[in-house]
Amino acid sequence: MSTDNQVLDEFTSKEYEHGWNINLEVDEAPKGLSEDTVRFISAKKNEPEWLLQWRLDAFRTWMKMTEPNWANVHHPAINYQDIIYYSAPKKKAQLNNLDEVDPELIKTFEKLGISIGEQKRLTGVAVDAVIDSVSVATTFKEKLGEMGVIFCSFSEAVKEHPELIKKYLGSVVPVKDNYFAALNSAVFSDGSFCYIPKGVRCPMELSTYFRINAANTGQFERTLIVAEEGAYVSYLEGCTAPMRDENQLHAAVVELYAMEKAEIKYSTVQNWYPGDKNGKGGIYNFVTKRGLCAGDHSKISWTQVETGSAITWKYPSCVLKGDHSQGEFYSVAVTNNFQQADTGTKMIHIGRNTRSRIVSKGISAGKSQNSYRGEVHIMKRATNARNFSQCDSLLMGDQCGAHTFPYIEVENKSAKIEHEATTSKIGEDQIFYCLQRGIDEESAVALIVNGYAKEVLSQLPMEFAVEAQKLLALTLEGSVG
Amino acid sequence: MSTVMNKNLTQEIIESFSADTYTEANDLRKQAIGYLETLGLPTNKSEEYRFTPITKHLEKNFKWENKNPQSSINSIDDYLIPELDANILVFINGSFSQKFSKIISPKDQLSIKTLAEAFQSESTTISSYFDKVGRSQNDPFAAMNSAFWQEGVCINIPDKTIVEKPIFLLHINDTTLSQVIAHTRLLLIIGQQSEASIIEKFETTGGEASFHTFIEEILVSESASLNYYKIQNDKGAVCQVTNSAIQQLSGSKVSAFTLTLNGQLIRNNFSITIDGEHCESHFNGLYLLKGKTLVDNHTVVDHKKPNSQSNELYKGIMDGNSKGVFNGKIFVRPHAQKTNAFQSNRNILICDDATINTKPQLEIWADDVKCSHGCTTGQLDEEALFYLQSRGISKQSAQAMLLYAFAADVVATIPHGSIKNYFDLLISERLQKNF
Repeated sequence: MSTDNQVLDEFTSKEYEHGWNINLEVDEAPKGLSEDTVRFISAKKNEPEWLLQWRLDAFRTWMKMTEPNWANVHHPAINYQDIIYYSAPKKKAQLNNLDEVDPELIKTFEKLGISIGEQKRLTGVAVDAVIDSVSVATTFKEKLGEMGVIFCSFSEAVKEHPELIKKYLGSVVPVKDNYFAALNSAVFSDGSFCYIPKGVRCPMELSTYFRINAANTGQFERTLIVAEEGAYVSYLEGCTAPMRDENQLHAAVVELYAMEKAEIKYSTVQNWYPGDKNGKGGIYNFVTKRGLCAGDHSKISWTQVETGSAITWKYPSCVLKGDHSQGEFYSVAVTNNFQQADTGTKMIHIGRNTRSRIVSKGISAGKSQNSYRGEVHIMKRATNARNFSQCDSLLMGDQCGAHTFPYIEVENKSAKIEHEATTSKIGEDQIFYCLQRGIDEESAVALIVNGYAKEVLSQLPMEFAVEAQKLLALTLEGSVG
Repeated sequence: MSTVMNKNLTQEIIESFSADTYTEANDLRKQAIGYLETLGLPTNKSEEYRFTPITKHLEKNFKWENKNPQSSINSIDDYLIPELDANILVFINGSFSQKFSKIISPKDQLSIKTLAEAFQSESTTISSYFDKVGRSQNDPFAAMNSAFWQEGVCINIPDKTIVEKPIFLLHINDTTLSQVIAHTRLLLIIGQQSEASIIEKFETTGGEASFHTFIEEILVSESASLNYYKIQNDKGAVCQVTNSAIQQLSGSKVSAFTLTLNGQLIRNNFSITIDGEHCESHFNGLYLLKGKTLVDNHTVVDHKKPNSQSNELYKGIMDGNSKGVFNGKIFVRPHAQKTNAFQSNRNILICDDATINTKPQLEIWADDVKCSHGCTTGQLDEEALFYLQSRGISKQSAQAMLLYAFAADVVATIPHGSIKNYFDLLISERLQKNF
């Protein structure tokens, strides 16, 4: 309990901790999107011809598509010509060790609490730090290299492992998949690439920190993780962003590819700027995340804690193609003030004896709208498929909304599907119980919410679990009374 | 491409029906044609009709002319519910049949008029209720009905009246001679503290195609109570879209039951609006499908006022190539605090070619509520089957037993004896219960 109190105390006085803006010199593309922009980005990154063509094809596809409007979110129309599609920190020489990194950048990491040098020794986490689209420093690479694990920035991977990129890029999320995936495919600036060879159990948690820094910069990340037969990897993604008045667009693509008996665990803590109390500003987070369980007995597990962004629109999905493959989705989505979240998952059962589990916890406070949208699809040949879904919503205050849109489509008689959803609020008796024991109302709420979300938080790696608890408390600050 | 075709079909339908002159509700009809033009017929991209290809079916199977054949039916005995003493209202091929209809309740208990009569004699009452709670603006088939309805009845039950005999509404489409396109309606107003039961049954005979849209608008006034049953047992090639809209005022109680057994393409839009406090609504459904039947149940319960409760249970058994679609929406509006809303959808797939698409949906804007939904899809329990078989029960009867048990608890909620027996009979027949 005392930790919970500390957590709250620490945050009650603060507004948005990571709200500052460091002056880094940036190398930007001109505003707007055209074939020239795509060529500019590709040229900047010295990309091979095939990748340029791939981008251009994606751009042409995107031009033909229309922006989807089915999500349960409302926002002013996005002007895609008013966005800078590329910005990179300028001093970008080949870096071999941390001392060569721009000191301002190091300061950025320190403010975020990831101080690379520290983490290198103490936490055993390899950090591929991404500031505004370009990876600046990658640590622990050598150690991973010894085991044959490739963990590098996307642009580096394009140069050094073109055959892998060529093979797997777009194999899980095709260019045509959706509007934002096509946009990303055309203009993605950088991201992470991770390849775990056969039988290797990745010895440490891999992690990336994303930040959106330069004004008016859209960030288009691309992450590709491939796990060969029998490999295991746990990947963490954490996000913070500085305060900003204008809306910023983020359309990332994450592709996971698991071969036979491989396991990928992907955890996200997302805390982008959600806009102020009046709903002004904030990040638009339109992400496509998908994992393919290509081989038999493979497993993909998504865990997410979503507390930030003005609008969140993401559905980490699993395509369970291999027999006996497993998909998991654990999510906590918290919305406060004017935030809107439309999030959930898709579990596509193709292989036999496939299993999936969905646990989604939504918490809405203030004037926010929180939607769960999920699909469980059992294809015809997926005999003995099993799914369990649970989506709970917690409402705080009478001006927020909680919505559930589960689609359940079954084409095979042997499937066993269970879906359960509840909506409730924090009981007055629960609050009273805490007050009676000298816990003030705000701490009581944090306590109850943490308990409510425990099932999901416990799926996170240790370092993240603490951060996630803090975030929950911070996001809900001021939502009671 | 397909949108273009649908636009054309919409236009074709509008033209073929508009050629006729209607005597009543011409303004409303014009308005509804407008809605239909804006909405257009649904495609497989329309969220509400994603799994139910009605437009394609209409394109393929119908000639659009507003002309229904004469029926040669000379007895309706086959279609009646045994041992049920009821007020009988019969529609044949979209027109009201005076010959077969029979009203046994005394005149002071209920007034039954055809819509044409009602528009003449009670134009003020009817204009305040007609097409008010329906969904013409939202659903293209409701708009189509509002624009081109051929016949309907208006039933008015005064305050403080208990109508003991149920009202039995029988729709027969006789397609022996040619196709039938029928658009019919019901307007039922139940006065304060009154009680009524209504049974609707849909039948089709003959080999040609039949398309039927039906709108019912039911107002359940303060402290009134309604028992509602719908039986869809069309043997023929029928495509049917029903739009049922029930509005409940304070303290009222509704219990509804929908049983669907046969038909080719059935879509039920069933909505309850809770527009008063302390209301109670129970609505249950059972769909037992086989062959190529597609049944789509879309239900909406809209809690607009606080302190009410709703309870929904839909169960389905899909056999053969059949397809079940279920979409249950629960809305709890911002001020509808202390609402209790529960929903459950359970399905069994018997055959590998059967499918079920279900989407239980909650949309909640109030915090002090208890809402939940549950949804399961599965198959018969192997162990239970084995248990019964090991006791000398053939596999077939064991299966029937288990399926019957699955279905029976929905039927058990029916309060009316002879109706319950009839439902039980239909279900037993379908599940070949012979134990």
